[in-house]
Amino acid sequence: MGSILKIQGLSKSFKLHNLGKHIRAVSQVAIELREGEFVGITGKSGSGKSTILKCIYGTYRIEEGSIWYHSEKFGAINLAKATERQMLYLRKHEIGYVSQFLNVMPRTTARQLVTQAILEMNEEQRFADSETEKILSHFELAQELWDSYPTTFSGGEKLRLNIARAMVKKPRLLLLDEPTASLDHDSKLKVKQLIEQLIKEGTTMLGIFHDLEFMNDLCDREYNMENGIFLHASFTDS
Amino acid sequence: MTDFEVPVLSVKNLNKQYGPGCLKCRGGESSSLVKNYCQVCGTVYACRNVSFDVFPGEVLGIVGESGSGKSTLMQCLYFDQEVTSGEAYVSDYENGEKNLFQESSQQQRYIRNHIMGKVYQNPLLGLRMNFSSIGNIAEKLIAAGNNHVGMMESRGTELLNKVHIPVHRRKEAPKNFSGGMQQRVQIAKALSNHPPLLLLDEVTTGLDLSVQASVLDLIKSLQRELGISIVLVSHDLGVIRMLADRTLVMLEGKVIEQGLTDQILEDPQQPYTQQLVHSLL
Repeated sequence: MGSILKIQGLSKSFKLHNLGKHIRAVSQVAIELREGEFVGITGKSGSGKSTILKCIYGTYRIEEGSIWYHSEKFGAINLAKATERQMLYLRKHEIGYVSQFLNVMPRTTARQLVTQAILEMNEEQRFADSETEKILSHFELAQELWDSYPTTFSGGEKLRLNIARAMVKKPRLLLLDEPTASLDHDSKLKVKQLIEQLIKEGTTMLGIFHDLEFMNDLCDREYNMENGIFLHASFTDS
Repeated sequence: MTDFEVPVLSVKNLNKQYGPGCLKCRGGESSSLVKNYCQVCGTVYACRNVSFDVFPGEVLGIVGESGSGKSTLMQCLYFDQEVTSGEAYVSDYENGEKNLFQESSQQQRYIRNHIMGKVYQNPLLGLRMNFSSIGNIAEKLIAAGNNHVGMMESRGTELLNKVHIPVHRRKEAPKNFSGGMQQRVQIAKALSNHPPLLLLDEVTTGLDLSVQASVLDLIKSLQRELGISIVLVSHDLGVIRMLADRTLVMLEGKVIEQGLTDQILEDPQQPYTQQLVHSLL
């Protein structure tokens, strides 16, 4: 399989003007993902795991290093140099990101939220409607919640909705930032089933999980981080 | 590869100064300037070398403190003010080959009436308060060359309906309306000619939260359903976060930073931007 993502020499630091400080988050990170792989990043909180995902997703600007991504639309593209519009396109069509936090427009129902995610990929309304119902049922989100506002949901419900919204797009590359952190066992299982299904359909994933057992079950490989640098890469099963 | 799409609006090196400028401050970069004000001759440099592109169907946010030049920029784009220098191109006008600021005032009026819509922070500037609401919409339709009363009536009703103004109040003058309703009449008016580009200047400032919410919902749904490109000026980062795909940060007349909206919020670079983001509730 070809490589879909290749990160080389990635460094990221933050300049805090009010404190006159420079904080180095990650330095000289290198990762390579082959198509269809599920790779995990482990490490203590504050070790720079999320920073890597946010650099890939374009939320953080990259000052050093390159992130080569193999895009369906643009071919090989260095995300560190991509234009804002290219990044927006990739987010809509190719690269998904799930965090523990649900970021939504107020007064948008759960159903609208998921439907919109599909519609922005230029799909038909009818297709979007049926896919939305499918995934909301899969995550066992109670039907009476479908047309209510997510701000009123419990933590677990929000999280499931968040994951549903990202996964329904079947992105080529999915970045998972501890999406299962506060889920109960059953919900985790649901996430796991969907991850397995997406892997089958060809989605490549890079994920951070605190639940090592969960991760070891799914991961092809793991990277371990400490203080912004990789300690070692290991293969969970070969 | 970088130009896989064509901008709807392209602004290059827009400059606007109030005052003649003097030997000390000309060029806008001299030591006689305090912020963007010349202490010697009193010239204010409201916009300094502002450049940006707006792409189809996107919301471009512009944030900045008051006095940073946001509204001047919008007024220049809508020809309410004459620019001192600079260029702007709109893809729907002459294939985007003609600098709008060089066109005759007649042509500029054409562009205003056919290609752009604008909503002012102050409804007094955007509406005729004593005309009926539907009359306000008709005014813009007439300016664009329509003369069929029945068509204007139905278009006006359709638009007021879209912005949730009750049909039975369509003949009432905006002066009788609440601030939020006035803002929505302005939006209806701005939309009347199906403009590909909408300029929104602090549309929700001063409105109470629930009205603000309904105006924001309206903007979002318009953008989604009609694919309109929007330039959205606000000093409210919450509004920007909710609506804008990309954001420019202005300070003292200059664009000091730009990026994806989540970049601006999570990885701000400039001291002012960091301060702004840290002030977000």
